[in-house]
Amino acid sequence: MPGASVFTQQFEVRGRDFANAGRASTAVKEILKEIGVPPATVRRAAIAAYEAEMNVVLYARRGTLELQVSPAEIRLHVWDEGDGIPDIELAMQEGYSTASEEIREMGFGAGMGLPNIRKNADEFRIESVVGQGTELDIRIRL
Amino acid sequence: MSDELHSVRVEAERCRGRMACLRACPTEAIRVRNGRATILEDRCIDCGECVRACPHGAIQPLTGSFTDFARFRYTIALPSPALYGQFRREILPGAILRALTRIGFDEACDLAWAGEAVSVAIDEYLAEYRGPLPLISPFCPAVVRLVQARFPALVDQLIPMDSPMEIAAREVKLRKAAEVGLRVEEIGVIYLTPCPAKIVAVEYPPRKRASYLDGAIAIADIYQPLLTALARESPQGGEGQQVRGLGLAWPVLGGQASCLRTEDTLAVGGLREVARILEDVENGKLSELQYLECHACPQGCCSGPLTVENPYFARSKILHLVSRFGREPSRDRDQIRDLYRQGYFSLPGRFPPQPFPPLDADIPRAIEKRTRMKEILEALPGIDCGACGAPTCHSFAEDVVQGRAALEDCAVLTAEQARRSRHTALA
Repeated sequence: MPGASVFTQQFEVRGRDFANAGRASTAVKEILKEIGVPPATVRRAAIAAYEAEMNVVLYARRGTLELQVSPAEIRLHVWDEGDGIPDIELAMQEGYSTASEEIREMGFGAGMGLPNIRKNADEFRIESVVGQGTELDIRIRL
Repeated sequence: MSDELHSVRVEAERCRGRMACLRACPTEAIRVRNGRATILEDRCIDCGECVRACPHGAIQPLTGSFTDFARFRYTIALPSPALYGQFRREILPGAILRALTRIGFDEACDLAWAGEAVSVAIDEYLAEYRGPLPLISPFCPAVVRLVQARFPALVDQLIPMDSPMEIAAREVKLRKAAEVGLRVEEIGVIYLTPCPAKIVAVEYPPRKRASYLDGAIAIADIYQPLLTALARESPQGGEGQQVRGLGLAWPVLGGQASCLRTEDTLAVGGLREVARILEDVENGKLSELQYLECHACPQGCCSGPLTVENPYFARSKILHLVSRFGREPSRDRDQIRDLYRQGYFSLPGRFPPQPFPPLDADIPRAIEKRTRMKEILEALPGIDCGACGAPTCHSFAEDVVQGRAALEDCAVLTAEQARRSRHTALA
């Protein structure tokens, strides 16, 4: 849809900042509801945004979650500075996790994050460079 | 939601525009315009927080009074068990029910038994249920409306079960009609309510099917006459109704959960806390829980906005009653299970989603409006001072985009502009 407007907003996410974890995805959800995105689609986007945000909190130093909403789709674009993922194929498997004991004790790191994102997205792309960071591109059609 | 009536109204002549309600409202449904509070009907969920907050009593619930019920040949008071928590320890439910018959009702009936019966029905429902978890309690009407409005994706997790007050009203009315030979329409069953939310549930029952309740009176409104009548009662003596069973625990936070077989429960009180928990559920968390007991009021119904006693006192009194009379079941459990299988407790259908209205019904236009809102928000001070008459800078930005307010209404921006232009004039 040429010329159609796109809403864009970026949220900064800090690694290990558990006190504020989930804020970005809550804000994303509120915006989608204000725009009138159907409830089932909001829920899919909410789960994807939450898992993506938690990946930054758990495994990276810092990251950015960018929300774009066009009349055609919701895009969640997330990039972080962190250790990166050595084997993406393995990381995409349900239950596979490199989470430390400490993270697991907090109730995270069950290895469902990335599979959950893929399950809720219409399109999902992931790229990662070890030692630099990870980039996710999540699209959900409207 | 806008086609429905609400349970509170602002009495303009009493309102002094102090904005206590503005800050108290958990859904940002109040605006102060020209020094008077107004309610945005389509954002109100009838929780009654504004009634509680107003220092001048300017926000009044639309409850009934005795004169409204003169049309009935026989009137039955059906008090929320929260009423039992409103009087000192030695005053037992039987005495309270008796006193109600001295202040104008022909009869007063306990409904705590129905709470216990519904708990047994929930046990059965949980055992058969195979959908997404946790299930959410549907007994606080303000919570139900919050779910429908702000968490519409979760409506199917609200248990489609009737409330104890409806179940008790139906049973009492049919029994009485048979007993005294009156037609059902000649018997008025009046709920004594701790909150405005239940008034809406009486006037506009879920699924719009007929209610067996004929009206509601605020506990606060009958408190004084009841106290006077109680002074003439012996607190425990005399023949009275046997009020017993775990259902007595229902009006306190955690009371519903304590009646269930499962321990995978979580009880949360206060709408802001409820909203936070529901955020988690919406994010796919807490699915290890079976039952989420949610109350709009921090301590449960015993702390409703239309109650009188200190909420902690009320809680302690209720727990005292539970420990004295809670162990003995009020009804036979097998009989209740049979009734459950006959659909005695079920609501027809599920709760429909009723989201708060979006910025625009047209998505491309809503996107444009949300973009404009973001630009306005970036210019606003972000201190949520309320001087513009909206509770937060966010809701003010929405009002501007929707044409309900003008950017100049922001006192901080206007003052800054004035300072700047003075500065330019001097330079």
